[in-house]
Amino acid sequence: MSDPRLAIIPGRFDNVKRIIAVSSGKGGVGKSMVAVALALSLRARSNKVGLLDLDFTSPSTHVILGAEGLYPEEEKGITPPVTQGLSYMSIVHYSEDEPVPLRGLDASNAIIELLAITRWEELDYLIIDMPPGIGDATLDMLRLIPRIEFLVVTTPSQLAYESVRKLLVLLQDQKIPIIGVVENMVIKQTDHIKEEIHKIGSRYLGAIDHDASVEAAIGHPEKLEMTRFYRQVEEIGEGI
Amino acid sequence: MHEWALAEGIVKTAEKFAEDQGIDEITEVKIMIGELQQVEHEIIEFALDQLRTPRMKSAKFAIETVPARFKCRKCSHEWQLNTRNLDKETGEAIHFVPEMAHVYITCPNCGSPDFEVTEGRGVWLVSIKGRKKE
Ligand SMILES: Nc1ncnc2c1ncn2[C@@H]1O[C@H](COP(=O)(O)OP(=O)(O)O)[C@@H](O)[C@H]1O
Ligand SMILES: [Mg+2]
Ligand SMILES: [Zn+2]
Repeated sequence: MSDPRLAIIPGRFDNVKRIIAVSSGKGGVGKSMVAVALALSLRARSNKVGLLDLDFTSPSTHVILGAEGLYPEEEKGITPPVTQGLSYMSIVHYSEDEPVPLRGLDASNAIIELLAITRWEELDYLIIDMPPGIGDATLDMLRLIPRIEFLVVTTPSQLAYESVRKLLVLLQDQKIPIIGVVENMVIKQTDHIKEEIHKIGSRYLGAIDHDASVEAAIGHPEKLEMTRFYRQVEEIGEGI
Repeated sequence: MHEWALAEGIVKTAEKFAEDQGIDEITEVKIMIGELQQVEHEIIEFALDQLRTPRMKSAKFAIETVPARFKCRKCSHEWQLNTRNLDKETGEAIHFVPEMAHVYITCPNCGSPDFEVTEGRGVWLVSIKGRKKE
């Protein structure tokens, strides 16, 4: 007859004001770094912020946050553990950071299960670190999460933008709100990507410079907060 | 799956169904639960009891567990889950997110994690019985 898990998912987000998926057509463009920096910077401005890592194949946010050994609490469902002031949910709480080899339907079921059991408290923002592309996780988010908005990450590369364009077109066709696009890892500023994004009627949120200091800040949020990268993400966060 | 989340889902789905069908009193809800969900019957029954709506005041919740069966996609070997072989942490991870079986269980014949859960995954409402007021 029907899957009772689907009935509870929308209500799980009742206390969340804004749900922002940080997404891209491509991998390696900085989604996870941007998601974490955005979550931390919104938190630093006295917002209540949650972070949900939905990239089951390459979960990264726990590495960036240097968060280890977190385990959710059980209370008529699951309460996300708190790290760096963020309510934080990731598959690594359950996979112990082992490989998670899931095919499409299984990946989808794992997402449904995670969304169904997790009880978010009052949040101003829930930031979701998405896997790349327009596969299962993206389609599931469009199907299951009411009010989801997308913040899309590209790089100056034509290849990155080509796949980002497809994501943008999909979202536009489905009438899903797009906050806009950030151009990450910019080495030499040009208007090329900005113009392309304006051409398809989306918003260009700003450029983030390539910052060689971020690598050393992985695992150390207090170091990350000192980087130029973080300040630029923070600025973009103020405009959303 | 977590029993309370599951109970909430069952109650919400049954309530919506009754509303759509104009059923005033639900008498029985039949639920199948895959063994992989690792659901404790006592807890789910308690949770359902706490969450039942006026419309299901006297409803009976019939819960049946379907044994979990696996089939390896690589070598076609088929086998059954033996929950007693799982250590506590693995059991708990699979309880909360059953797909974590693919993290902790491999084909006993060839060692591949690429297997299919052919039976005993998921939760579904089989039937809802009730009455309409005259
Ligand atoms: N602005 C930047 N400057 C320098 N390196 C960056 C920048 N943004 C991301 N990176 C690096 O690029 C790599 C990919 O970033 P990541 O956030 O994992 O991408 P994604 O989540 O899109 O796959 C990481 O090594 C990260 O440290
Ligand atoms: Mg990532
Ligand atoms: Zn096998």
